[in-house]
Amino acid sequence: MSVLTMSRLRRRMNQSDLLFSIVLATVSVLILFATLYPLFFVIIASVSDPTLVATGKVWIIPQGWSTFGYEQIFADQRIWTGYRNTILYTVVGTALNLLVTLPAAYALSRKEFAPRKPLMFFFAFTMFFSGGLIPIYLLYKDLNLLDNWLVFIVPSALNVYNLIIARAFFENSLPEELFEAARLDGVSYFQFFLTIALPLSKAIISVIGLYYLVQHWNDFFTGLIFVRDYDKQPLQIVLRDILLSNQAFAGGAGGAGGTGGAYGQQFADQIKYGVIIVATVPVLLIYPFVQKYFEKGVMIGSVKG
Amino acid sequence: MAVTLDETSTKVPSTPVGAGGSGRRRRTLTRHLRTKWQLWVMVAPAVVVTLVFAYLPMYGIQLAFRKFDFTQGLTGGEWVGFQYFQQFFDSPLFWTLMKNTISISLWTLVVGFVAPIVLALIVNQIVGRRSKRFMQTSTYLPHFISIVVIVGMLQVFLAPTSGLITRSLAFFGVDDINLLGATSAFVPVYVISEVWQHCGWNSIIYLAALSSVDTQLYEAARVDGANRLQLIRHIDLPALVPTMIVLLILNMGGVLNAWNFEKIFLMQNPLNLSVSEVISTYAYKIGILGGQFSYATAIGLFNTVINFVFLVGTNQAAKRFANTSLW
Repeated sequence: MSVLTMSRLRRRMNQSDLLFSIVLATVSVLILFATLYPLFFVIIASVSDPTLVATGKVWIIPQGWSTFGYEQIFADQRIWTGYRNTILYTVVGTALNLLVTLPAAYALSRKEFAPRKPLMFFFAFTMFFSGGLIPIYLLYKDLNLLDNWLVFIVPSALNVYNLIIARAFFENSLPEELFEAARLDGVSYFQFFLTIALPLSKAIISVIGLYYLVQHWNDFFTGLIFVRDYDKQPLQIVLRDILLSNQAFAGGAGGAGGTGGAYGQQFADQIKYGVIIVATVPVLLIYPFVQKYFEKGVMIGSVKG
Repeated sequence: MAVTLDETSTKVPSTPVGAGGSGRRRRTLTRHLRTKWQLWVMVAPAVVVTLVFAYLPMYGIQLAFRKFDFTQGLTGGEWVGFQYFQQFFDSPLFWTLMKNTISISLWTLVVGFVAPIVLALIVNQIVGRRSKRFMQTSTYLPHFISIVVIVGMLQVFLAPTSGLITRSLAFFGVDDINLLGATSAFVPVYVISEVWQHCGWNSIIYLAALSSVDTQLYEAARVDGANRLQLIRHIDLPALVPTMIVLLILNMGGVLNAWNFEKIFLMQNPLNLSVSEVISTYAYKIGILGGQFSYATAIGLFNTVINFVFLVGTNQAAKRFANTSLW
């Protein structure tokens, strides 16, 4: 509808509005360029001759095709281990997240559930106040969670923000009449939730499922603080070691001084470009298909409730 | 599954609430449990997870006031009061840490607050539905890239002489700068990359608010001869104020926040440490790496309390001056 209004406004456009449009278009293109070009550059740099990249010969089209970086990356065992671990943590973690979050959100959305107000406070308080790193570390130690793969899954089982979004969805999108009708048929809360509420809530399941998915995929903190055993480390820790700590690759390349001087550095850079792509590709691949759900989450969350 | 929703009809609004003595209250409680136990079961896992992983560590905060004793555990050490806080305040690093933390936080807060608003106002002006969508979707794409990858990208782009941004700046005559090492570059690099990554995402909520503006307002203003800048200034911007206040309060709660711990930590190097060491990274090094658990807990608690004070303070101010608040 605003499109319609806008086009009507456009017809009445005067000179200052024309100038406005030109400035607007320019600024928009600049913003788009600033957002997308770095990502695009990483892609083309990852398959170009590293010397040409380093000397500024690569701008729009890959130059001097080279897959050296990717060969090194895929030959590296750490990447595969990291990938395997991250996929495991992401899948199991997200499943547990949904199992914990959705029923709780539903229960808290029921207006006749008297304790829901204090319970919401109980949950929301943790968004703003925490025990801090050391008490958490010592607690995990007591619970035997250090160096345990469950540390990636159990402590993060509930994200309060996602709980609030899901609750708002159940509250605003499930017609109360449905519940009344089911009640007359003698349906229990469990049955109503499983057979009626959930099938009608595919949108919110996708939204918070994706939020949790991204959260697990990008989790770096947990591995850094609570895990020493490299076989259990997720992809993000492996990435840190390759991207930021300049650790040498099995083949000797990649380390800052590995192959010696600026030449070695260039190959190290190509590996870095490749690693960025390898780590981000899953997110970028699903992005076009799921972005509408990401956005939906913000909309639902912004409804005051 | 024996309990049916039918029984919940016993609790209808007509039931007098709060009347009667303790016997009645007990009967109400029994009925509540009889009819609502399934809801309790559904919320129970979330409650347990929160109790164990959020509230138990809060109980461990007392460590900040005790001398940590490996044999006695979290709560067994000798009580030392505010000794560790005093130690922190007296530390030669205290003012450096405070200055760094506040400078990074304030810049992020201000720029990170304004940028999404500006972006939303711009995107909202784009006329074509498809280009508007494309613009919106593209700008929030970086939000989903991990912090490690973002910092990795910063390192390759800002690398001296060979980095993409370094070379582009050289093209414009800015030569010989090490954006990764220069102390004056740390905060700008941090803040700009933060905006690059999250501005689009944070603008969604403002765009939602803008889409609900009554279009008759534009028509009326047009008739009065307003140009498009005036429409933005007098219609769009005021429409965003309630959303702005809520987000401002929420952001204030993170003034000295720990969630940027990861990014700051990853961006640190020996050259920039004098401006990049903040309270949370220092607490990590003292506590997890250094093993001084009590001291690090005190530092962490100091950080949390300041955050909390800022949150409550902003909320009170907003309640008083703008009639909006979180609670």
